[in-house]
Amino acid sequence: MAVSLGRGAFQIKEPVYITSYAAVVGKKEGEGPMGKCFDRVETDSYFGQKTWEQAESRMQQETIYHALEKAALSPDDIDIILAGDLINQCTSSTYSLRPFGVPFLGLFGACSTMAEGLIIGSLILSSGAGKRCVAATSSHFSTAERQFRFPLSYGGQRPPTAQWTCTASGAVVLDTQTENSPRISSVCIGKITDLGVTDANNMGAAMAPAAADTLTRWFKCSGKSPENYDAIVTGDLGKIGGKLFAEIMMKQGYDVNPCYHDCGAMMFDAETQDTHAGGSGCGCGGSILCGHFLPLVKSGKIKRMLFMATGALMSPMLVQQGESIPSIAHLVEITGE
Amino acid sequence: MKITPELYKDMTEQSAPSSKSYVNIPLAFLIGGGICLLGEVLLNLFEYFGMEAETAGSWTSVILVFLSALFTGLGWYEKIAKHAGAGTLVPITGFANGVTSSAIEACTEGWILGVGSKIFTIAGPVILYGTAASVIYGIFLQIFKCFS
Repeated sequence: MAVSLGRGAFQIKEPVYITSYAAVVGKKEGEGPMGKCFDRVETDSYFGQKTWEQAESRMQQETIYHALEKAALSPDDIDIILAGDLINQCTSSTYSLRPFGVPFLGLFGACSTMAEGLIIGSLILSSGAGKRCVAATSSHFSTAERQFRFPLSYGGQRPPTAQWTCTASGAVVLDTQTENSPRISSVCIGKITDLGVTDANNMGAAMAPAAADTLTRWFKCSGKSPENYDAIVTGDLGKIGGKLFAEIMMKQGYDVNPCYHDCGAMMFDAETQDTHAGGSGCGCGGSILCGHFLPLVKSGKIKRMLFMATGALMSPMLVQQGESIPSIAHLVEITGE
Repeated sequence: MKITPELYKDMTEQSAPSSKSYVNIPLAFLIGGGICLLGEVLLNLFEYFGMEAETAGSWTSVILVFLSALFTGLGWYEKIAKHAGAGTLVPITGFANGVTSSAIEACTEGWILGVGSKIFTIAGPVILYGTAASVIYGIFLQIFKCFS
Protein backbone atom coordinates (compact mmCIF):
# COMPACT_ATOMS: atom_id res chain seq x y z
CA MET A 1 0.00 0.00 0.00
CA ALA A 2 0.96 3.63 -0.36
CA VAL A 3 1.31 5.93 2.62
CA SER A 4 0.65 9.61 2.10
CA LEU A 5 3.56 11.87 3.05
CA GLY A 6 1.88 15.09 1.97
CA ARG A 7 -0.35 16.35 -0.81
CA GLY A 8 0.31 14.11 -3.78
CA ALA A 9 3.39 12.48 -2.21
CA PHE A 10 3.37 8.81 -1.30
CA GLN A 11 5.72 6.27 0.12
CA ILE A 12 5.24 2.92 -1.60
CA LYS A 13 5.28 0.45 1.29
CA GLU A 14 4.41 -2.69 -0.62
CA PRO A 15 7.51 -3.16 -2.78
CA VAL A 16 7.10 -2.27 -6.44
CA TYR A 17 10.04 -3.46 -8.51
CA ILE A 18 11.29 -2.37 -11.89
CA THR A 19 11.67 -5.84 -13.33
CA SER A 20 12.67 -4.91 -16.81
CA TYR A 21 13.23 -1.88 -19.00
CA ALA A 22 14.12 -1.08 -22.57
CA ALA A 23 15.00 1.93 -24.70
CA VAL A 24 14.85 2.28 -28.47
CA VAL A 25 16.07 5.44 -30.19
CA GLY A 26 16.60 6.94 -33.63
CA LYS A 27 19.82 7.48 -35.56
CA LYS A 28 20.71 10.94 -34.27
CA GLU A 29 20.20 9.88 -30.64
CA GLY A 30 22.31 6.79 -31.34
CA GLU A 31 25.12 9.00 -32.62
CA GLY A 32 25.06 11.11 -29.46
CA PRO A 33 27.16 10.64 -26.34
CA MET A 34 24.57 8.23 -24.85
CA GLY A 35 24.30 6.16 -28.05
CA LYS A 36 25.77 3.00 -26.60
CA CYS A 37 23.38 2.66 -23.66
CA PHE A 38 20.21 1.98 -25.65
CA ASP A 39 18.85 -1.45 -26.47
CA ARG A 40 18.43 -0.54 -30.09
CA VAL A 41 19.33 2.30 -32.41
CA GLU A 42 17.18 2.37 -35.54
CA THR A 43 18.78 4.10 -38.50
CA ASP A 44 15.55 4.19 -40.53
CA SER A 45 13.62 7.12 -39.09
CA TYR A 46 10.42 5.63 -40.57
CA PHE A 47 10.96 2.39 -38.60
CA GLY A 48 9.89 0.53 -41.74
CA GLN A 49 6.52 2.32 -41.86
CA LYS A 50 4.90 4.70 -44.33
CA THR A 51 4.21 7.75 -42.17
CA TRP A 52 5.92 9.44 -39.24
CA GLU A 53 2.99 8.74 -36.94
CA GLN A 54 3.11 5.05 -37.77
CA ALA A 55 6.86 5.16 -37.23
CA GLU A 56 6.48 6.46 -33.69
CA SER A 57 3.85 3.85 -32.86
CA ARG A 58 6.11 1.15 -34.20
CA MET A 59 9.05 2.40 -32.17
CA GLN A 60 7.00 2.40 -28.96
CA GLN A 61 5.63 -1.05 -29.71
CA GLU A 62 9.13 -2.43 -30.28
CA THR A 63 10.34 -0.87 -27.04
CA ILE A 64 7.55 -2.52 -25.06
CA TYR A 65 8.26 -5.86 -26.74
CA HIS A 66 11.96 -5.46 -25.88
CA ALA A 67 11.15 -4.79 -22.23
CA LEU A 68 8.79 -7.77 -22.10
CA GLU A 69 11.31 -10.05 -23.82
CA LYS A 70 14.04 -9.11 -21.36
CA ALA A 71 11.79 -10.34 -18.55
CA ALA A 72 10.63 -13.36 -20.60
CA LEU A 73 7.06 -12.10 -20.54
CA SER A 74 4.30 -11.80 -23.12
CA PRO A 75 1.55 -9.15 -23.30
CA ASP A 76 -0.81 -11.69 -21.70
CA ASP A 77 1.22 -11.52 -18.49
CA ILE A 78 0.53 -7.80 -18.11
CA ASP A 79 -2.48 -6.54 -16.13
CA ILE A 80 -2.39 -2.92 -17.26
CA ILE A 81 -0.41 -0.81 -19.69
CA LEU A 82 0.03 2.91 -18.99
CA ALA A 83 1.33 4.81 -21.97
CA GLY A 84 1.29 8.25 -23.50
CA ASP A 85 3.02 10.49 -25.99
CA LEU A 86 2.91 14.00 -27.44
CA ILE A 87 0.73 13.42 -30.45
CA ASN A 88 -2.92 14.52 -30.49
CA GLN A 89 -5.23 12.01 -28.83
CA CYS A 90 -2.15 9.99 -27.73
CA THR A 91 -2.34 8.09 -31.00
CA SER A 92 1.26 6.90 -30.96
CA SER A 93 0.37 4.89 -27.87
CA THR A 94 -3.09 3.74 -28.91
CA TYR A 95 -1.93 2.50 -32.31
CA SER A 96 1.16 0.97 -30.77
CA LEU A 97 -0.92 -0.98 -28.27
CA ARG A 98 -3.81 -1.84 -30.60
CA PRO A 99 -2.64 -5.44 -31.14
CA PHE A 100 -1.72 -6.12 -27.50
CA GLY A 101 -5.16 -6.80 -26.03
CA VAL A 102 -4.05 -5.51 -22.62
CA PRO A 103 -6.14 -3.17 -20.41
CA PHE A 104 -4.85 0.30 -21.22
CA LEU A 105 -4.85 3.72 -19.63
CA GLY A 106 -3.73 6.51 -21.95
CA LEU A 107 -1.75 9.27 -20.31
CA PHE A 108 -1.04 12.81 -21.31
CA GLY A 109 1.53 14.70 -19.32
CA ALA A 110 3.59 15.96 -22.27
CA CYS A 111 7.21 15.00 -21.60
CA SER A 112 6.45 14.08 -17.99
CA THR A 113 4.63 10.93 -19.14
CA MET A 114 7.31 8.42 -18.13
CA ALA A 115 7.18 9.52 -14.50
CA GLU A 116 3.39 9.79 -14.62
CA GLY A 117 3.18 6.18 -15.81
CA LEU A 118 5.59 5.01 -13.10
CA ILE A 119 3.60 6.84 -10.41
CA ILE A 120 0.22 5.46 -11.48
CA GLY A 121 1.70 2.01 -12.06
CA SER A 122 3.32 1.83 -8.64
CA LEU A 123 0.18 3.11 -6.91
CA ILE A 124 -1.94 0.51 -8.72
CA LEU A 125 0.43 -2.33 -7.90
CA SER A 126 0.93 -1.30 -4.30
CA SER A 127 -2.84 -1.20 -3.82
CA GLY A 128 -3.03 -4.81 -4.90
CA ALA A 129 -5.07 -3.98 -8.01
CA GLY A 130 -2.64 -5.79 -10.26
CA LYS A 131 0.52 -7.88 -10.24
CA ARG A 132 2.39 -6.54 -13.19
CA CYS A 133 2.10 -3.46 -15.35
CA VAL A 134 3.97 -1.62 -18.07
CA ALA A 135 4.68 2.11 -18.25
CA ALA A 136 5.80 3.35 -21.63
CA THR A 137 6.26 6.51 -23.61
CA SER A 138 7.67 7.78 -26.88
CA SER A 139 8.39 10.85 -28.95
CA HIS A 140 9.52 11.25 -32.55
CA PHE A 141 11.25 14.32 -33.93
CA SER A 142 9.20 14.35 -37.11
CA THR A 143 5.74 13.83 -35.56
CA ALA A 144 6.42 16.53 -32.97
CA GLU A 145 7.82 18.99 -35.52
CA ARG A 146 4.80 18.71 -37.78
CA GLN A 147 2.31 18.95 -34.93
CA PHE A 148 3.94 21.71 -32.92
CA ARG A 149 6.16 23.63 -35.33
CA PHE A 150 6.84 23.64 -39.06
CA PRO A 151 7.08 21.11 -41.89
CA LEU A 152 10.39 19.25 -41.77
CA SER A 153 11.77 20.70 -44.99
CA TYR A 154 10.76 24.28 -44.14
CA GLY A 155 13.82 26.49 -44.00
CA GLY A 156 13.87 28.16 -40.63
CA GLN A 157 16.46 29.16 -38.11
CA ARG A 158 16.18 27.83 -34.55
CA PRO A 159 17.12 30.12 -31.67
CA PRO A 160 19.84 28.99 -29.21
CA THR A 161 17.17 28.27 -26.57
CA ALA A 162 15.32 25.76 -28.79
CA GLN A 163 15.48 22.04 -28.00
CA TRP A 164 15.49 19.04 -30.27
CA THR A 165 12.64 16.54 -29.86
CA CYS A 166 14.22 13.12 -29.44
CA THR A 167 13.17 10.15 -31.52
CA ALA A 168 13.18 7.82 -28.58
CA SER A 169 11.05 5.52 -26.50
CA GLY A 170 11.31 3.95 -23.06
CA ALA A 171 9.31 1.14 -21.48
CA VAL A 172 9.40 -0.25 -17.96
CA VAL A 173 7.82 -3.41 -16.56
CA LEU A 174 6.76 -3.07 -12.93
CA ASP A 175 5.84 -5.94 -10.63
CA THR A 176 5.56 -6.79 -6.97
CA GLN A 177 7.69 -9.92 -6.88
CA THR A 178 11.05 -9.64 -8.64
CA GLU A 179 13.42 -8.86 -5.82
CA ASN A 180 16.99 -7.69 -6.47
CA SER A 181 15.65 -5.16 -8.92
CA PRO A 182 15.47 -1.38 -8.67
CA ARG A 183 12.48 -0.43 -6.59
CA ILE A 184 10.09 2.50 -6.67
CA SER A 185 10.14 3.61 -3.04
CA SER A 186 8.26 6.91 -3.19
CA VAL A 187 6.48 9.13 -5.66
CA CYS A 188 5.36 12.74 -5.78
CA ILE A 189 2.72 14.04 -8.18
CA GLY A 190 3.57 17.43 -9.69
CA LYS A 191 1.46 20.57 -9.68
CA ILE A 192 0.75 22.66 -12.75
CA THR A 193 3.19 25.54 -12.51
CA ASP A 194 3.35 28.62 -14.70
CA LEU A 195 5.69 31.54 -14.23
CA GLY A 196 4.58 33.27 -17.40
CA VAL A 197 7.01 31.97 -20.02
CA THR A 198 5.38 32.44 -23.44
CA ASP A 199 8.31 31.52 -25.68
CA ALA A 200 7.60 28.11 -27.24
CA ASN A 201 11.26 28.06 -28.25
CA ASN A 202 12.37 28.05 -24.64
CA MET A 203 10.58 25.06 -23.13
CA GLY A 204 13.36 24.39 -20.64
CA ALA A 205 12.73 27.77 -19.03
CA ALA A 206 8.98 27.10 -18.97
CA MET A 207 9.45 23.73 -17.23
CA ALA A 208 12.23 24.51 -14.75
CA PRO A 209 9.90 26.08 -12.13
CA ALA A 210 7.67 22.98 -12.22
CA ALA A 211 10.63 20.70 -11.50
CA ALA A 212 11.84 22.98 -8.73
CA ASP A 213 8.35 23.13 -7.20
CA THR A 214 7.95 19.35 -7.15
CA LEU A 215 11.44 18.76 -5.74
CA THR A 216 11.05 21.41 -3.05
CA ARG A 217 7.69 19.95 -2.04
CA TRP A 218 9.28 16.50 -1.97
CA PHE A 219 12.18 17.59 0.23
CA LYS A 220 9.79 19.35 2.61
CA CYS A 221 7.34 16.48 3.00
CA SER A 222 9.91 13.67 3.08
CA GLY A 223 12.51 15.43 5.21
CA LYS A 224 15.17 14.47 2.68
CA SER A 225 17.75 16.67 0.97
CA PRO A 226 20.03 16.43 -2.09
CA GLU A 227 22.67 14.66 0.05
CA ASN A 228 20.37 11.64 0.30
CA TYR A 229 20.69 10.96 -3.41
CA ASP A 230 23.38 9.74 -5.78
CA ALA A 231 21.53 11.27 -8.68
CA ILE A 232 18.73 13.80 -9.15
CA VAL A 233 17.61 13.53 -12.76
CA THR A 234 15.26 15.76 -14.72
CA GLY A 235 13.68 14.66 -17.99
CA ASP A 236 14.26 17.33 -20.60
CA LEU A 237 15.01 20.74 -19.16
CA GLY A 238 18.02 20.98 -21.44
CA LYS A 239 21.01 23.15 -20.71
CA ILE A 240 19.14 26.40 -20.13
CA GLY A 241 16.25 24.93 -18.17
CA GLY A 242 18.63 22.79 -16.14
CA LYS A 243 20.65 25.83 -15.15
CA LEU A 244 17.49 27.71 -14.18
CA PHE A 245 16.26 24.72 -12.19
CA ALA A 246 19.49 24.50 -10.18
CA GLU A 247 19.37 28.26 -9.63
CA ILE A 248 15.78 28.16 -8.30
CA MET A 249 16.66 25.21 -6.05
CA MET A 250 19.61 27.19 -4.70
CA LYS A 251 17.26 30.07 -3.89
CA GLN A 252 15.10 27.56 -1.98
CA GLY A 253 18.16 26.52 0.01
CA TYR A 254 19.02 23.26 -1.74
CA ASP A 255 22.21 22.75 -3.71
CA VAL A 256 21.44 20.06 -6.26
CA ASN A 257 24.51 20.65 -8.43
CA PRO A 258 26.75 17.84 -7.07
CA CYS A 259 24.32 15.09 -8.16
CA TYR A 260 22.19 16.81 -10.80
CA HIS A 261 21.76 15.45 -14.34
CA ASP A 262 19.35 16.30 -17.13
CA CYS A 263 18.50 13.71 -19.78
CA GLY A 264 17.95 16.45 -22.39
CA ALA A 265 21.42 17.88 -21.76
CA MET A 266 22.95 14.37 -21.85
CA MET A 267 21.32 13.09 -25.04
CA PHE A 268 23.22 15.08 -27.67
CA ASP A 269 26.54 16.76 -28.22
CA ALA A 270 25.30 20.31 -28.80
CA GLU A 271 28.46 21.35 -30.63
CA THR A 272 28.58 18.61 -33.26
CA GLN A 273 24.89 17.66 -33.43
CA ASP A 274 23.40 21.14 -33.73
CA THR A 275 20.78 20.55 -31.07
CA HIS A 276 21.10 23.94 -29.35
CA ALA A 277 19.80 23.71 -25.74
CA GLY A 278 19.53 19.90 -25.78
CA GLY A 279 17.05 17.10 -26.31
CA SER A 280 13.37 17.08 -25.35
CA GLY A 281 10.29 14.92 -25.73
CA CYS A 282 8.68 12.14 -23.70
CA GLY A 283 11.16 9.65 -25.08
CA CYS A 284 14.15 11.72 -23.99
CA GLY A 285 13.74 11.16 -20.26
CA GLY A 286 12.13 7.75 -20.84
CA SER A 287 14.97 6.34 -22.91
CA ILE A 288 17.81 7.70 -20.79
CA LEU A 289 16.12 6.44 -17.62
CA CYS A 290 15.77 2.98 -19.17
CA GLY A 291 19.06 2.91 -21.06
CA HIS A 292 21.40 4.63 -18.62
CA PHE A 293 20.11 5.23 -15.09
CA LEU A 294 18.16 2.03 -14.35
CA PRO A 295 21.14 -0.18 -15.31
CA LEU A 296 23.28 1.93 -12.93
CA VAL A 297 20.77 1.38 -10.13
CA LYS A 298 20.60 -2.31 -10.93
CA SER A 299 24.40 -2.64 -10.84
CA GLY A 300 24.56 -0.80 -7.51
CA LYS A 301 26.48 2.21 -8.84
CA ILE A 302 23.50 4.38 -7.96
CA LYS A 303 21.84 3.47 -4.67
CA ARG A 304 19.11 6.06 -4.55
CA MET A 305 17.97 8.45 -7.23
CA LEU A 306 15.16 10.81 -8.10
CA PHE A 307 13.72 10.81 -11.59
CA MET A 308 11.66 13.85 -12.44
CA ALA A 309 10.19 13.88 -15.91
CA THR A 310 9.23 17.41 -16.88
CA GLY A 311 6.43 18.33 -19.25
CA ALA A 312 5.51 21.59 -20.98
CA LEU A 313 1.72 21.31 -21.26
CA MET A 314 1.75 23.40 -24.39
CA SER A 315 -0.75 23.77 -27.17
CA PRO A 316 0.33 25.83 -30.18
CA MET A 317 -3.24 27.18 -30.35
CA LEU A 318 -3.21 28.54 -26.79
CA VAL A 319 0.25 30.04 -27.29
CA GLN A 320 -1.06 31.79 -30.42
CA GLN A 321 -3.90 33.12 -28.27
CA GLY A 322 -1.28 34.77 -26.09
CA GLU A 323 -1.33 32.28 -23.21
CA SER A 324 1.80 31.32 -21.31
CA ILE A 325 3.05 27.72 -21.08
CA PRO A 326 1.94 25.72 -18.03
CA SER A 327 4.30 22.96 -16.99
CA ILE A 328 4.44 19.95 -14.72
CA ALA A 329 7.05 17.64 -13.23
CA HIS A 330 6.38 14.31 -11.53
CA LEU A 331 8.89 12.73 -9.19
CA VAL A 332 9.77 9.08 -8.70
CA GLU A 333 12.25 7.90 -6.11
CA ILE A 334 14.11 4.79 -7.24
CA THR A 335 16.21 2.74 -4.86
CA GLY A 336 18.61 -0.11 -5.50
CA GLU A 337 18.20 -3.30 -3.53
CA MET B 1 12.13 32.28 -1.33
CA LYS B 2 9.19 32.84 -3.63
CA ILE B 3 10.02 33.12 -7.28
CA THR B 4 7.67 35.69 -8.81
CA PRO B 5 6.98 35.85 -12.56
CA GLU B 6 8.89 39.17 -12.66
CA LEU B 7 11.97 37.72 -10.96
CA TYR B 8 11.80 34.65 -13.16
CA LYS B 9 11.57 36.77 -16.29
CA ASP B 10 14.89 38.37 -15.33
CA MET B 11 16.44 34.99 -14.57
CA THR B 12 15.24 33.60 -17.91
CA GLU B 13 16.56 36.56 -19.86
CA GLN B 14 19.96 36.27 -18.20
CA SER B 15 20.22 32.54 -18.81
CA ALA B 16 19.16 32.55 -22.46
CA PRO B 17 22.11 32.96 -24.81
CA SER B 18 21.37 35.45 -27.56
CA SER B 19 21.56 34.55 -31.24
CA LYS B 20 24.97 35.12 -32.78
CA SER B 21 24.04 38.21 -34.79
CA TYR B 22 27.65 38.79 -35.86
CA VAL B 23 27.48 35.46 -37.73
CA ASN B 24 23.79 35.38 -38.68
CA ILE B 25 23.50 38.85 -40.22
CA PRO B 26 26.56 38.61 -42.56
CA LEU B 27 25.49 35.09 -43.60
CA ALA B 28 21.93 36.27 -44.32
CA PHE B 29 23.38 39.13 -46.36
CA LEU B 30 25.76 36.90 -48.32
CA ILE B 31 23.38 33.99 -49.04
CA GLY B 32 20.30 36.20 -49.56
CA GLY B 33 22.43 38.50 -51.71
CA GLY B 34 23.71 35.46 -53.62
CA ILE B 35 20.14 34.39 -54.45
CA CYS B 36 19.31 37.92 -55.64
CA LEU B 37 22.53 38.01 -57.65
CA LEU B 38 21.52 34.76 -59.34
CA GLY B 39 18.17 36.39 -60.14
CA GLU B 40 19.93 39.42 -61.65
CA VAL B 41 22.25 37.22 -63.73
CA LEU B 42 19.26 35.26 -65.08
CA LEU B 43 17.34 38.45 -65.80
CA ASN B 44 20.25 39.99 -67.70
CA LEU B 45 20.87 36.78 -69.61
CA PHE B 46 17.24 36.59 -70.75
CA GLU B 47 17.30 40.22 -71.79
CA TYR B 48 20.63 39.70 -73.56
CA PHE B 49 19.03 36.94 -75.61
CA GLY B 50 16.28 39.33 -76.65
CA MET B 51 13.50 38.76 -74.16
CA GLU B 52 11.25 41.68 -73.18
CA ALA B 53 11.97 43.02 -69.67
CA GLU B 54 8.63 41.83 -68.28
CA THR B 55 8.87 38.33 -69.78
CA ALA B 56 12.49 38.04 -68.61
CA GLY B 57 11.36 38.99 -65.06
CA SER B 58 8.65 36.33 -65.10
CA TRP B 59 11.06 33.66 -66.29
CA THR B 60 13.57 34.63 -63.61
CA SER B 61 10.88 34.19 -60.93
CA VAL B 62 9.78 30.87 -62.43
CA ILE B 63 13.33 29.52 -62.40
CA LEU B 64 14.05 30.70 -58.85
CA VAL B 65 10.78 29.19 -57.60
CA PHE B 66 11.53 25.93 -59.42
CA LEU B 67 15.05 25.74 -57.97
CA SER B 68 13.74 26.47 -54.48
CA ALA B 69 11.07 23.75 -54.78
CA LEU B 70 13.67 21.31 -56.11
CA PHE B 71 16.11 22.11 -53.30
CA THR B 72 13.29 21.74 -50.76
CA GLY B 73 12.35 18.35 -52.16
CA LEU B 74 15.96 17.20 -52.03
CA GLY B 75 16.24 18.38 -48.43
CA TRP B 76 18.93 20.98 -49.26
CA TYR B 77 16.95 24.17 -48.71
CA GLU B 78 16.52 23.65 -44.95
CA LYS B 79 20.25 23.01 -44.65
CA ILE B 80 21.10 26.28 -46.36
CA ALA B 81 18.32 28.15 -44.52
CA LYS B 82 19.71 27.01 -41.16
CA HIS B 83 22.70 29.27 -41.81
CA ALA B 84 21.07 31.90 -44.01
CA GLY B 85 17.97 32.73 -41.90
CA ALA B 86 16.27 35.76 -43.43
CA GLY B 87 18.61 35.43 -46.41
CA THR B 88 16.63 32.44 -47.68
CA LEU B 89 13.29 33.53 -46.18
CA VAL B 90 12.91 36.96 -47.77
CA PRO B 91 13.54 36.28 -51.49
CA ILE B 92 10.84 34.56 -53.59
CA THR B 93 12.65 31.26 -52.90
CA GLY B 94 11.53 31.44 -49.25
CA PHE B 95 7.90 31.64 -50.34
CA ALA B 96 8.38 28.65 -52.65
CA ASN B 97 10.00 26.71 -49.81
CA GLY B 98 7.04 27.48 -47.52
CA VAL B 99 4.59 26.14 -50.12
CA THR B 100 6.63 23.09 -51.16
CA SER B 101 7.56 21.98 -47.64
CA SER B 102 3.90 22.17 -46.55
CA ALA B 103 2.86 20.14 -49.59
CA ILE B 104 5.51 17.46 -49.06
CA GLU B 105 4.58 17.19 -45.40
CA ALA B 106 0.87 16.76 -46.14
CA CYS B 107 1.34 14.00 -48.74
CA THR B 108 0.60 11.28 -46.19
CA GLU B 109 -2.90 12.69 -45.63
CA GLY B 110 -3.83 12.47 -49.32
CA TRP B 111 -4.19 14.86 -52.25
CA ILE B 112 -7.38 16.65 -51.19
CA LEU B 113 -7.45 16.90 -47.39
CA GLY B 114 -3.68 16.68 -47.14
CA VAL B 115 -1.83 18.57 -49.87
CA GLY B 116 -4.92 20.47 -51.07
CA SER B 117 -5.88 21.92 -47.73
CA LYS B 118 -2.47 22.32 -46.15
CA ILE B 119 -0.28 23.55 -49.01
CA PHE B 120 -0.74 27.22 -48.07
CA THR B 121 -0.50 26.81 -44.29
CA ILE B 122 2.71 28.83 -44.19
CA ALA B 123 2.31 30.85 -47.37
CA GLY B 124 -1.35 31.69 -46.63
CA PRO B 125 -0.67 34.90 -44.69
CA VAL B 126 1.66 36.14 -47.45
CA ILE B 127 -0.98 35.44 -50.10
CA LEU B 128 -3.82 37.00 -48.09
CA TYR B 129 -2.05 40.13 -46.94
CA GLY B 130 -0.09 40.47 -50.18
CA THR B 131 -3.35 40.46 -52.13
CA ALA B 132 -5.06 42.77 -49.64
CA ALA B 133 -2.13 45.20 -49.75
CA SER B 134 -2.21 45.25 -53.56
CA VAL B 135 -5.97 46.00 -53.50
CA ILE B 136 -5.42 48.92 -51.11
CA TYR B 137 -2.51 50.11 -53.26
CA GLY B 138 -4.76 49.92 -56.33
CA ILE B 139 -7.48 51.99 -54.65
CA PHE B 140 -5.00 54.71 -53.64
CA LEU B 141 -3.50 54.69 -57.13
CA GLN B 142 -6.94 55.28 -58.64
CA ILE B 143 -7.65 58.10 -56.19
CA PHE B 144 -4.34 59.80 -56.97
CA LYS B 145 -4.96 59.39 -60.69
CA CYS B 146 -8.34 61.17 -60.34
CA PHE B 147 -6.61 64.21 -58.87
CA SER B 148 -3.56 64.31 -61.10
